[in-house]
Order: sequence, then C-alpha cells, then structure tokens
Amino acid sequence: MPDPTPPDGSKRKPRRRPVRRVRRTARPVRKRVPRKPKVMPQAPWEGPIPSALRERFGEGIEQTVILGGQKLVVASLNIATDIISFLQASHGFDYLVDLTAVHWPKRERQFDLVWILYSFGSNERVRLKVTLADGEAAPSVVSLYSSADWLERETYDMFGVKFESHPNLRRILMPDEWEGFPLRKDYGILQQDTSWVRENLKIESAQ
Amino acid sequence: MAATTLAPPPETAETFLDSNEIVLNMGPQHPSTHGVLRVILKLDGETVLGADCVIGYLHRGVEKIAENRTYQQFAPYVDRMDYVAAVSNGLGYCMAVERLLDVEIPPRAQAVRVILTEVNRIASHLLWLGTHALDIGAITPVFLCFREREEALKIFENYCGARLTTHAFRIGGLQYETHDTFEKECLAFCDLIEEKVKEYHDLLTGNRIWVRRTKGVGILNAQDCKDYGVTGPLLRAAGVEWDLRKVRPYCGYEKYDFDVPTAETGDTFDRYIVRMQEMEQSCRIIRQAVGAIPEGPIKGKVGKVIKPPPGEAYVSIEAPKGELGYYVVSDGSLNPYRLRVRPPSFVNLGALDKMCRGMLVADVVAIIGTIDIVLGEVDR
Repeated sequence: MPDPTPPDGSKRKPRRRPVRRVRRTARPVRKRVPRKPKVMPQAPWEGPIPSALRERFGEGIEQTVILGGQKLVVASLNIATDIISFLQASHGFDYLVDLTAVHWPKRERQFDLVWILYSFGSNERVRLKVTLADGEAAPSVVSLYSSADWLERETYDMFGVKFESHPNLRRILMPDEWEGFPLRKDYGILQQDTSWVRENLKIESAQ
Repeated sequence: MAATTLAPPPETAETFLDSNEIVLNMGPQHPSTHGVLRVILKLDGETVLGADCVIGYLHRGVEKIAENRTYQQFAPYVDRMDYVAAVSNGLGYCMAVERLLDVEIPPRAQAVRVILTEVNRIASHLLWLGTHALDIGAITPVFLCFREREEALKIFENYCGARLTTHAFRIGGLQYETHDTFEKECLAFCDLIEEKVKEYHDLLTGNRIWVRRTKGVGILNAQDCKDYGVTGPLLRAAGVEWDLRKVRPYCGYEKYDFDVPTAETGDTFDRYIVRMQEMEQSCRIIRQAVGAIPEGPIKGKVGKVIKPPPGEAYVSIEAPKGELGYYVVSDGSLNPYRLRVRPPSFVNLGALDKMCRGMLVADVVAIIGTIDIVLGEVDR
C-alpha cells in the first residue's frame, strides 16, 4: 500500500469542483416536422392483360394497379367469375394460388375477397379483389379450379362468406356445429362457442 | 365387439357374398396419418371409391393470433405451423413483412438465410423419407434418417440455440452473426448427406418391395396438379419443371447454380426420387453459398418499432412442401390487420381424394406419406 502523503511532505492539491455554467441564452426550439407517412409504391398497370380486361368488362374493372411491385385488379363482385374464367381461358392463368377474405367491419361492404391467380406459361401472378356485403353470396369457382373447393370452404368457415353453387360448403377447420366465424373482427380472441365446448369437451371453458 | 352388435346373419349365401360399399374410418389417432388427420374412406372391398378428409384437430387460429400481436411478436408463431421446416416458415414471413416495409436485406444476411433454409429443406426431406418408409413397412430408414437429421438440428442449435422451432430470422435480416465453425459444420453436413443419400438409395431404390408399394400408386399428372393447386415435389414429379427458387427467385437464389429435379409419371416412386435429388441439389446450393458468404452487416434498416404503411403484399417461397405464401394486409398500425397463410400441405392434401380413387386401402397410407403433410400447417 503506498503512503498516502506525498514524499515531499506537501499536502495533496484539493480537487477543483467543476463549476456548472448556467446557460444564459435559451436553447433554440427545434421545430417538429411531422414525419411523412410512408406509403406503398403504387403505379398504374398497363399492358395486354389490363387493356384486355377493360375492353371485355369496361366499367366493372375499377382499378388495375401495381402495388408494391405486385399486380392487382379491383373489380365488382358480379363479374368476378367472368374475370377469372376469362383470365384462365385466354391468358393461361391455370393455377389458383389462394383465396381469402379480409373483414373491414366499419365499411358498408364489409368483406374483401381476394383471389390470387398464377400462370405457369407466362410466370405471372395477379391478385383479384372484390368487395362483398355481409350476407351476400359470393360466386364459386370450383368448376374452374378444383383447388377452390377447400379454399372456399375455409373462407366460409372463417368468415361466413357463402359461396353460391359450391358442391359441399361445410366447415373445414372448425367443428361442424360451431357457432360464429372466428376471423371476423367482431369475434374476440378469447371468444368461444361455450355450449359446444360444454357439450362436446365436457369442460366449462376451453380457454 | 359384443355379439349383440353384429348384423343379423344374411338370408342367403348370395347376399352374404355380395360386395357392398363400406365406410372405413381411419384416424385421427392413426400412426400413418402423421398427426391428427382423419380420413373417411368409402370402400368396395379393398378398393377405395372416395376419401374425405376431416381436418382441424390441430387448429389454433394462427391467423387470428397474428391480428393480436405485433409483427415481431408473431414471428415465433410461424415456426409452429410447419414445425419440421420452421426456418422456411420464418423466411416467408420475414420476406412478406419486408416487402411491406420495402427494405433492402444485406447480402450477408441473404446468404446465411439461403444456407439455413436449405439445411432445413434437407432436414424436412429426411424426416419425410424416414416416416414415409416406415409407413410402407421399411423400419431401417427412419433410424438412419433421424441420425442424419440430428446433424442438421445441431447446426440450428449452434446458430441460434433452438433445434426445432428456431426463429432463426428477424424482420430485416438476422439476429445473430454466424459462429466460428458455421461454415465448417455446413460443409461437413453436405459431405455427410451426399454420402448417406447413396445409402438410402441402396436401401430403397432397388428394393422390390419398395418399388412394388410405390410405383403406379397415387398418380397425379401435371394437369391435375395445376387444377388442384398442388405444388412442390408433387408437381415436379409430374414433369413440370417449376420451382419458385428458379422462376421467381428471391433471397439471391438466382446467384446459385442448381437443377430442378423432375420425373415423368407423377407416382409415389417418382416423388421419392425427386425428393432424393432435391437433397443433393440443396447440398450444391449450400456449398456455393458457404463458399461465398459476403462480409457486411446482417440487418437492414429496420427500426425497433415495425409499422408498415397501409397496403398489402403476397409473398411466397418454395418451402420443402411446396408454395408457402403469406398475404399480409397492413392498416398502418403495429399489428398485421390480416395475415393469411397459404399452406402448401393444406392445398396438397385437397388432392388426396383424387389420388386415392381406385387404389387399395394400404396405398392410402403410402399416398398420405407421399404428400408429405404436416398437420400443424394443414390446420394452423
């Protein structure tokens, strides 16, 4: 341990405390610039397919855009099957990738129905979107694509969207007797069909 | 069965021998259904007249959960869908959100993503091969496959600490830098697989029982595949050279040199050959990627709070089972407004009825195995 006193006998220099300087002038107020809300890049979609669609269906085609690099057609409900069969027959969209719905409860027409089509020949993918009111029947495309069978059943199961002329429209993931459609926005995350749970699982709650 | 429940004896021998259609229930607790799948078969003797799938026993409402979680919070949930290919699931989800955010992923992160995804593809195919052979009656492959799969799981464990539900990727890139022995482990794994695939070929490809049980079983031709939306090895076995890694490259797959294995008839044997070749091709990709991992950051410019602009995107990748797609709708908030998973197993299983018709009951087991379903993904 070193000796606390320095060898020359002098006292250690007291440390000077740093003096806090008081700022005399007020700090300049930085103006808050509201951040620009980001938007997805969007461009009109021009080409043979949109022009053919416009020519064939006219006013029924509401929008043909490239949203974030992806082709999107927005149309009205009553011509949805016609558009799909037209795309399948004359543009080679021979693969129905997916079908789903989105629930927007505050809108008047509450549901978006979305078909995703793909063409093996031209390696193109197109999304078709229509709006649908609650309780309104949607057209079935099972006669055009067999894959639509299960996809439409799932959309019915989750959203309660009925598909007209579907050969076998039953629930697919939920039990057949279940009440309510789980992916609707007004269906709570902890909600369940209590009477079904009591009757079939013999427990008070499945949560 | 109690004697009282037996049907009354038939009046004449003729009616007794008359073949009637019967309904046979298979599952949900059946070892060959790979989980909880129930198949109701309509039979004429041993011949299948139709099959109806009852699914949903493993339904957890993943899409509903997504709407109640933030984008990052939901990421681990996707691993629980196709739990044998958790890395692929994570890749698809991250890519979908990155598309909404419109961020660039650094090349280093992309290379590591490719390596891990391909290791996972091999692991998934190994599990399929073992269980599929077990279903058909070959006991040995399952032990060998699980032995090799262990090596793949060790790579995941050394990389991110988890073996099965890895959560290896983050939105914007990677969470972890690779460890020192990462490249060495991956190359050793490739060596091992390339050697062992030959061993599996010796065990099965020339095996008369295997060939008899798989050739001409569950044929699905290219036209039907497209009609039923069937993708992945099933489509390629039917002769369509279609792989999302080739036709719509993502994650830098266009930089790697690999082939898309195809076959002609689209039966169970062809799918087996295609998957075996895919494992070898995955090894090729891993070798190229490991040899050229670029230096640089591992995460793109993504903030701590992920808040994509309002909009929507559909992004799909080539998962081991087929096209795995994520359709994400954002309303500009912290949670996905709607997240739809396009599961390959679910869509492929829809063609089961078509594939089973005219086959024997024992073939149904082979067909369920060859579709390579994971019920966690079918039911979500």
